[in-house]
Amino acid sequence: MIKVLFFAALRERLHCDQYTAHCATPATVESLLLHLQQHNEQWQQALSGTELLCAINQTMVSHSAEVVAGDEVAFFPPVTGG
Amino acid sequence: MTVFVAVQTDDFCQASEYDELRRNAGCGAIVTFCGLVRDLQSTTLSGMTLEHYPGMTEKALKDIAYIAKSRWKLGAVHIIHRVGTLKPNEQIVLVGVASAHRAEAFSACEFIMDYLKNRAPFWKKEHTAQGAYWVEAKVSDQQALARWE
Repeated sequence: MIKVLFFAALRERLHCDQYTAHCATPATVESLLLHLQQHNEQWQQALSGTELLCAINQTMVSHSAEVVAGDEVAFFPPVTGG
Repeated sequence: MTVFVAVQTDDFCQASEYDELRRNAGCGAIVTFCGLVRDLQSTTLSGMTLEHYPGMTEKALKDIAYIAKSRWKLGAVHIIHRVGTLKPNEQIVLVGVASAHRAEAFSACEFIMDYLKNRAPFWKKEHTAQGAYWVEAKVSDQQALARWE
């Protein structure tokens, strides 16, 4: 079980801020994204952008990073604070 | 080194942070930066909403302060970032750095802002008469970060 969070424009496009993913682990960010894209067509489009950033347990990671059961994985667009 | 990080809806007072930074023994220089919501007469911006990733935001800001500390000799770093809805001309962010000499304080303050703009999980949504729009990340902000690498 993986807790998945979505933020900002991505959260609005998916109409979802939190989702529990039941995919085989260990996985990678890339394979988790493919799993999530199967949810519906809207998710497929919104989650296939190459610009998407990812954090595992609140640390920014690349899309090749490993995901294990119990992880908190967040996806979000490039940040615009400051 | 003292590190103070806050993510808050309330406004902050630059003078109070400056007074706090002044208490650091051995510090001969303080640089503070404040970022505001631009109040451009040519646009119809009525305000903006700042969203963030609670928990990660505070961690990211602390990490940035310690990366700055690893590059320069610093006495104290304060970073305050507001979230929620802000109106034009309101304060968004404060970075304050105290060090022995001015060069370190100037560089570290700029470095922290460049890092924050690219790495801290905040997102701005602008509210205008035509509707609300998410602000797009700027290439110039990525370039500003690249010069430190």
